[in-house]
Amino acid sequence: MKQLLSFIKKEFNHILRDKRTMLVLFGMPVVQLIIFGFAITTEVRNARIAILDNSKDEITQKLIMRIESTEYFEIERTIKTDTQIEDAFKSGRIKLALVFQPNFQNELSHNNSAQIQIIADATDPNQATTLTNYVRSVVMDYQSELIKPDNLPLTIETELRMLYNPQLKGAYMSVPGVMGLILLLISAMMTSISVVREKEFGTMEILLVSPMKPWLVIISKAIPYFLLSIINVITILFLSVLLLDMPIHGSLFLLSAITILYILCALSLGLLISTVTSSQLAAMLISLVGLMLPVVMLSGYAFPIANMPDLLQWLSNLSPAKWFIIIIKNVMIKGVGIEGVWKETLVITVMTLIFLLISIKRFKIRLQ
Amino acid sequence: MRALKFLLRKEFIQIFRNKLILRMIFVVPVVQLIILPLAVNYEIRNINLSVVDLDHSEYSRKLLNKIISTGYFRLTDYSSSYRDALKVVEEDRADLILTIPRGFESDLIRENKTKIMIAANAISGQTAGLAASYSNAIIMDFNKEIRNEWVQTSRVNSQPQIEITSSNWFNPAMNYKFYFVPGILALLVTIVGFLLASLNIVKEKEAGTIEQMNVTPIKKYQFILGKLIPFWILGLVILSIGFIVSYIVYGIVPAGSYLLIYLFAAIYLIALLGFGLFTSTFAETQQQAMFISYFCMMIFILLGGLFAPIENMPDWAQALTYINPVSYFIEVMRMIVLKGSGFIDLLKHFGIIVLFAITFNALAIWNYRKTT
Repeated sequence: MKQLLSFIKKEFNHILRDKRTMLVLFGMPVVQLIIFGFAITTEVRNARIAILDNSKDEITQKLIMRIESTEYFEIERTIKTDTQIEDAFKSGRIKLALVFQPNFQNELSHNNSAQIQIIADATDPNQATTLTNYVRSVVMDYQSELIKPDNLPLTIETELRMLYNPQLKGAYMSVPGVMGLILLLISAMMTSISVVREKEFGTMEILLVSPMKPWLVIISKAIPYFLLSIINVITILFLSVLLLDMPIHGSLFLLSAITILYILCALSLGLLISTVTSSQLAAMLISLVGLMLPVVMLSGYAFPIANMPDLLQWLSNLSPAKWFIIIIKNVMIKGVGIEGVWKETLVITVMTLIFLLISIKRFKIRLQ
Repeated sequence: MRALKFLLRKEFIQIFRNKLILRMIFVVPVVQLIILPLAVNYEIRNINLSVVDLDHSEYSRKLLNKIISTGYFRLTDYSSSYRDALKVVEEDRADLILTIPRGFESDLIRENKTKIMIAANAISGQTAGLAASYSNAIIMDFNKEIRNEWVQTSRVNSQPQIEITSSNWFNPAMNYKFYFVPGILALLVTIVGFLLASLNIVKEKEAGTIEQMNVTPIKKYQFILGKLIPFWILGLVILSIGFIVSYIVYGIVPAGSYLLIYLFAAIYLIALLGFGLFTSTFAETQQQAMFISYFCMMIFILLGGLFAPIENMPDWAQALTYINPVSYFIEVMRMIVLKGSGFIDLLKHFGIIVLFAITFNALAIWNYRKTT
């Protein structure tokens, strides 16, 4: 026991000595939460658009005012001709162009029909659709005011209710995602590197010939990162409750227990990585390139899993982050108890055991 | 010059000796380029729907059939009360509850008015918004059909109508992959290039071989060049592999010129690697270098406009994107590949990236000291 403690102390010294890494280690969750909470949003704001008013009458002026008064658009006034539109798209100055037909007002009052053409820059289809819909709805609103108030017969009204997140805050998606990502990366990457580092330096040999059991050597590597991860979890939870107004509806005890399980899972994944690699660079590349993008893309936090092709839906099951994110959402936001998340918890437990088993099998106590 | 040649030979030998790293450099980006864009899809299909039909009338059945037949929704649950349906949402078996009240059909016909309630699981606000607007549009459409059955249409048509036609340029099929593949390719080149560069000098420091370097007559700039050129070549090779993959798998051929892309990528890589080497001269251990570069990389990527458009960001975040080389590369890739933008359109981007390249490399050379 005393030996183990001194080993753990050694690891802590390694970590605490390195101020730069410490800064990144604790700064990262904070920065990520702030970026995700405040900077990354799909809500449209100040999109630059061009308006080509070929009619310049009362109605088109009114419509242009309406569009301008929303906070979604900013009108680029330098564009006056058709040919300029294409140039403006190509240089990225505008995202959308609106073209009114000539004699707009005349046509509308005499023929009951007038045309507006919307041209969207569909390089980003999502943004293009959103912008087009916003313009459409402004025009539609205006049009329904033109129509004399006249109660249409047989109306089905719809009442919309947004469950769990009535203000549609982005944090409800990003906080569980950031937690899943950071814990996995820090625990997996840091442990794998610190084990491989000893191999690379040749000091692993010294550790292995010490009276400590080999598995205790490994445990002493994992414990400091376990504690650091816990500090990170506390920071993340504090920030998300205080800064991002995240609720914790479920039991805090359950949340902590499952988070600890997830950290253990990430640590054992780190051990697994360390047994298959022999250089720090390789360990990093595996944890970064192999873990980061798939975790971001396949865990259901950036993009809904239900829309993916079957193969990817199946692959996404292999990512512990996916299960963890489901649990966090259910416990924090929906306030579900263990009876609602036991399946996901079981999956993470099994994954942890498998990672551990393979690492123990592959762990060589002798160097070649 | 001769010294540089030997340095380059040494670097290449070191890179090609490590089979695992070679595999990571070449295979992983290819695999990710093939798999990840498949995951990117904002279009919502297969929304799990729970229905609470308290009316059981002809109209309520018609409406349900209409909703299911659109293909956006999948009826996964049929509850007898709203409370039961809520439970289903809690268990993640449904994301949208449609409640048709008792007397739906008779109210509609006799009192000209009736109400349907839609409740969406809004943890993902975006999905909920889309699901709600889809179902709303279907209900409106259904409403119109019913109305046409009962009332002559002439009255509705005599109102002035503004016709809106919309066209989508540069990507008329609204294919998300065309948008994401160039971005992901830019990202992969960035991650691999930056990581290798930032770790490289530190590795020599850790192994102690930097001392041997320092006592040779090699100049500082030669040393930095010797580190930079191999990764510069690797970066361009990864870019080329990426383009081959995106042509074979997605049929993506840039609308603009390859020459322009490579010209930009070449300058961009110099800037990026310069920054990598700069961080590398700072760090003492590989672990440290990796963490610092991971930190920078993460901010660069998140604020690079790959996942959410930069224009939507608040002003302070937009200001940060001006000093983010990654955002320029992603933007340029998309502009050339999708819009076919020419050199004139990209003049600003080229100017800035050249500036980055000069600054970062100057910093790297300045900060690398031959004496410790």
